[in-house]
Amino acid sequence: MTLSRLSRAVLATAVVLVLVVIYAPLAVVVISSFSSSKTFGWPPPSYTLHWWGDAWSSGGALHAVGVSVQVGLLAMGVALFLGTLLAFGLSRYRFFGRNSLSLLVILPIALPGIVTGMALKNAFEVMLGIQLGYFTLVVAHATFCVVVVFNNVRARLNQLGGSIEEASMDLGASRWTTFRLVTFPFLRTALLAGGLLAFALSFDEIIVTTFTAGAGIDTLPLWINRNLFRPSQSPVVNVVGSCLILASIIPIYLSQRLSGSTTGGRV
Amino acid sequence: MTTAGAAYLHRHPRLRLAGVLGAPLTWLVVVYLGSLSALLLTSLWTQDSFTAEVVRIWTLDNFRAVLTEPLYHEVLLRTVSVAVAVTLIDLALALPIAFYMAKVARPRVAKLLVVACLMPLWASYLIKAYAWRLLVIKDGVFEHTFGGSPGLGLVAVVMTLAYLWLPFMILPVYAGLERVPDSHLEASEDLGGRPWRTFRSVVWPAILPSVIAGSIFTFSLSLGDYISVNIVGGTSQMLGNLIYAQQTLDLPIAAATATLSVVVMAIYMLLVRRTGALDRL
Repeated sequence: MTLSRLSRAVLATAVVLVLVVIYAPLAVVVISSFSSSKTFGWPPPSYTLHWWGDAWSSGGALHAVGVSVQVGLLAMGVALFLGTLLAFGLSRYRFFGRNSLSLLVILPIALPGIVTGMALKNAFEVMLGIQLGYFTLVVAHATFCVVVVFNNVRARLNQLGGSIEEASMDLGASRWTTFRLVTFPFLRTALLAGGLLAFALSFDEIIVTTFTAGAGIDTLPLWINRNLFRPSQSPVVNVVGSCLILASIIPIYLSQRLSGSTTGGRV
Repeated sequence: MTTAGAAYLHRHPRLRLAGVLGAPLTWLVVVYLGSLSALLLTSLWTQDSFTAEVVRIWTLDNFRAVLTEPLYHEVLLRTVSVAVAVTLIDLALALPIAFYMAKVARPRVAKLLVVACLMPLWASYLIKAYAWRLLVIKDGVFEHTFGGSPGLGLVAVVMTLAYLWLPFMILPVYAGLERVPDSHLEASEDLGGRPWRTFRSVVWPAILPSVIAGSIFTFSLSLGDYISVNIVGGTSQMLGNLIYAQQTLDLPIAAATATLSVVVMAIYMLLVRRTGALDRL
């Protein structure tokens, strides 16, 4: 599109401003993690690496990371299984209620988290009498993770179309062989991207987690939320936050490599 | 799988479909729809005021309270206003950057910009809200840099939520803009359309479904949020806080309030369904 030099400049300025708005708050957390002051003060009086050492020996945070990774992996596994099947069913078959079903899949992330969280807690505790714990947490996380796997796999299946699979079966391959040798290799990166998104979604989730984790289970977001307002923990929270900000480069790098598309998979 | 079995399956597509959809459908219907229905049931029950246990006596009192008491009107109005403001701010921020990425920047730059916009999506939600707390508090970054700050409160809530959900708006708008062929923009230009007119008559109608898809996220996420409100909201209350406070005291009325937010969301989704926005989520 041909734009005048002025509108181009205005547009570029807007882009730079938005980027500043996106990154400045994150920079504040990272800079604060090096502040020598125990309480927050801006600008930091001087800089130290002390808190980074402290955080490394903070058992609570490390333990919470472990719990979050476990829950994330389990939820991701369930979501991969269910999401892939759903994507197959919805893109390869025509049946009554197909549109309602695709709406049902997105509902867990389209409705406010507090509704999902409270509904699941109520169902587990009051209706079924199940004690809240690991099991309920994984079930809850898997429920809202299904949609990201589903979205990625369905987009890829639609791209593939049915004709290559039909060709494979016409050449004598069974359904299973066709899946193993034709469909799966084509889906592999979509599965990885979807799985990665599911894991990240679970790893960062706090609202549904608050409702379904039960006492004594500490995921990283729960740990951060508990320590956010404790002045004595403020330096460690800054360090943990900085680590999370820096770690967010990993999934973005991976999803770029995996999906090959510029948006890195679908949210 | 034996050959006979495979052949049987091949002749019975319905059976194949049942095999494929059985597990996920059971999960979504039993776990998710089941829980939502249970929540609706709970909202029609009552709570014993002595034992604080939910008693299965049918009543519409919870909904009557939620619909008539001024407290709920006030909180609902405030929450919807915040959600609308957040959505508009995100749209205003997302449009220029998405347009620049999709139509102006060279492919390499565009790719880098997309990554730059996506990166914060992966950074922790709590840490981002906490970062905004550091910006707006007394003696915080804003006061030192600009000499003033909105402080903890509703304005800070709007700013923080807009910040948190921005990538959810940028992504669909960018994807929508990528789908608008450059030739359409050129055609509009050839016919004498100035940039603003081209935007209004060609670009905007084409990306509207994507904008609505983005707004479903920004709106719904704002509607149910209570944690950012705790972190940067000071004493201001939103619907999420109300539900959270109620659910330990009186579960049926909390369920009725939650149903209210589902109804708001359902109305919104029904309204936008015709635009095809739901396919772009």
